[in-house]
Amino acid sequence: MATKLPPVDIILVGFGWTGGILAKELATTGLKILALERGGPRDTYPDFAAPGMHDELRYAQRHELMVDVSRDTLTFRNNPKQTALPMRQLGSFLPGTGVGGAGVHWNGVTWRWLPWDHEPLKRTVERYGKNAIPEGMQIQDWGVTYDELEPYYEKFEYVCGVSGKAGNLKGEKVAGGNVFEGARKRDYPNPPLIQTQAGMMFEKAAKEMGYHPFPHPASNASKPYVNPDGSAFGACHYCGFCERFGCEAQAKASPHMTVIPLALKHENVQLRTNARVLRVTMDSTGKRATGVTYLDARGQEFEQPADLILLTAYQLNNVHLMLLSGIGKPYDPASGQGVVGRNYSYQAGGGCTAFFDESVHMNQFMGAGALATGIGDFDGDSFDHGRQGFIGGGTISTSSSGARPIGYHPVPPGTPRWGSAWKQAVAKHYNHTLNVGSSGSNMSYRDNYLDLDPTYKDPFGRPLMRMTFDFKENEIKQTAFMAEQCAKIAQSMNPIAINKTARAAPYSIVPYQSTHNIGGAVMGTDPRTSAVNRYLQVWDVPNVFVVGASAFPQNASKNPTGPVGAMAYWTAEAIREKYLKSPGPLVSA
Amino acid sequence: MAAPEKPGVGRRRFLKSVGVAGAASAVAPLATIAEAQSPATPPGQPMPMPGMNAPAAPAYRFFNDIEAKFIEAALDTLIPKDAVGPGAVEVGVATFLDNQLAGAFGQGARMYLEGPFLEGAPTQGYQLPLTPAELYRVAIADVNGYCAKTYKKRFDQLGAAERKTVLEGVEGGKIKLDSVPGGTFFAMLYGNVMEGYFGDPMYGGNRNKAVWKMIGFPGAIGMYAEVIAEYRGKPYPVEPQGIED
Repeated sequence: MATKLPPVDIILVGFGWTGGILAKELATTGLKILALERGGPRDTYPDFAAPGMHDELRYAQRHELMVDVSRDTLTFRNNPKQTALPMRQLGSFLPGTGVGGAGVHWNGVTWRWLPWDHEPLKRTVERYGKNAIPEGMQIQDWGVTYDELEPYYEKFEYVCGVSGKAGNLKGEKVAGGNVFEGARKRDYPNPPLIQTQAGMMFEKAAKEMGYHPFPHPASNASKPYVNPDGSAFGACHYCGFCERFGCEAQAKASPHMTVIPLALKHENVQLRTNARVLRVTMDSTGKRATGVTYLDARGQEFEQPADLILLTAYQLNNVHLMLLSGIGKPYDPASGQGVVGRNYSYQAGGGCTAFFDESVHMNQFMGAGALATGIGDFDGDSFDHGRQGFIGGGTISTSSSGARPIGYHPVPPGTPRWGSAWKQAVAKHYNHTLNVGSSGSNMSYRDNYLDLDPTYKDPFGRPLMRMTFDFKENEIKQTAFMAEQCAKIAQSMNPIAINKTARAAPYSIVPYQSTHNIGGAVMGTDPRTSAVNRYLQVWDVPNVFVVGASAFPQNASKNPTGPVGAMAYWTAEAIREKYLKSPGPLVSA
Repeated sequence: MAAPEKPGVGRRRFLKSVGVAGAASAVAPLATIAEAQSPATPPGQPMPMPGMNAPAAPAYRFFNDIEAKFIEAALDTLIPKDAVGPGAVEVGVATFLDNQLAGAFGQGARMYLEGPFLEGAPTQGYQLPLTPAELYRVAIADVNGYCAKTYKKRFDQLGAAERKTVLEGVEGGKIKLDSVPGGTFFAMLYGNVMEGYFGDPMYGGNRNKAVWKMIGFPGAIGMYAEVIAEYRGKPYPVEPQGIED
């Protein structure tokens, strides 16, 4: 039997970037706010202290900071004809858990998405006509434009202390920055990180080919920094243990050292860790949420009533909770009806590894998570992708995020997988290799979606979520095109060998690809094709907001944390300034 | 909350069928495969005899004596010692694997092992009802069984060329193992060998940081803000450091 607790005003489910931002922004209302986090509490000290944090086996291989698959997993299939089977161990993506969420173990790449990425449907039809959109593709516009979101992007960049260089200041193109980005009012708060040998080689090659290289925007502080909220950052050590690790230097922006402690300073904000929300409880009309049911560390069940529920968990968990709780109509790919689970998308990528002779020393073990030099010349609508026969694009870059040897010991094509010849190649090439990779967009499709699995359950008796996903022809063409551009750039550096890869169908859940799971509770202007409105408020249940990458109707080529942070600030403002003054739908359906 | 076993095979039933749950039936007869036939057994080396006071290899917590011989032979085939650098055996990868399989990883911690179990497509990933430790145990017995049938010897008693042929056959699926897909076992073994060979010495492999020295990885303690620009494009020759240093 669940113990019923005294009500609170607002519940946050999950305490990473989105939960932390909303808690901090709503704290000054004085309302009683309760954050429920399924994982444990964590802090820079002692949890991320060096040298223990520099443990590749524990953190990168055994996934210490990630979800425990025995409790949190899903089933997967490539298409509706297959039987979905459980993801029995982590692979393709690595959702985080615990205070700070995946914001603790990310690399820190902090993009603003292009104006095009916010309204790809409108702009595709304008430039290429309706017929350019292939059968089955269901891209749609956000309902929020880049210009509307610009101040919120800026706010998040200053909170994170992003190191970078503007390429478009108030419409003025700035050489050395990303000249393809949307207009910004201010430059990044910190100068770019120190460029590596690989970055310089890439920059030279790209410039010679007429492209526009720039340093990737990095939430790895290039110098000591105090953000506008007063959160203090140390300077990045370039230790090379960033993605999949916590930062001992407080140099990688993370919710646990920025928004979360600021929120928790307020007496009206409370955090319960090891509190696993099982479902959102609904009243008999199904139009109003009444609270949540959760388990504590001992497995005791509690019913926590609240007036306003903010789902701020990882993208997959936001959608899972909606499906389990009956919030919004589940999507049915056969009829195209329903919205929850609709438009799941991922990240398509390709590229190449270039091998140089032993006179070129890369020292890639000196690096930072988001330390990269890239080009935006083939991103979004910055080039004529219509002529190439696909919609979308990719960023192309060389990255220096570390060279931890379990995961990184590249060998040229034709090398045996093991034996003496393999070992010789590993020793020869370890420090003389760079990667030119593309991170590509992924459009959304009618039969790429999320729903509840009919067979498999989690240890709490709930159906697992079922992912049905594959890469389509559009993305296969795109990654092949990008891999070709990557190879041309790499080739111009005169390597002794090149190893080309492009993502192909069928998508496999086995090898790590990207923790950029997108969609399933998408935003929009039409309740028939979106689960939430432009303020991330559920159309059908106005006292529930669903915040995070679950809201993006398709994936851009770029890491989603920038727009996730910006949308969290945008949503917080809408709740504070509009919803709380007059609770109800913020947009009429 | 066990899910219904149909239509797949239930975990318990599968384990029984491959001899993991009960006695390790497949292993015992192998011990008796003419150890005497093996010219590799030096005189005076204690010979394991089933049911007798066989001195187990004292360094191992998980592998039995036959399994340890298999692992050492496989490691010597995958990453042999040569002029370029250390072999997997001498840097302690067998100890690393043994520690891993005896611990949480081997016991399937952080894996979802609820049924039903179906074979699935390769894109759906690992679908066996076995923990890593169970998979090693079953697959080693299977490979030894194959070698007994084909060569009348255990894997560790084969010459280098035959071992290579067998491992290639298991990796590529040319050799069908009795109870588990060989490629699945090989992929796990290969991944774990890489972890032991390249990982921090505190886990038992990469002894003396010999592998880091070979490739030029400066280790786990690096703070490079002061040197990243200065050494750009230049060798950075330092003695590598591990977490325990």
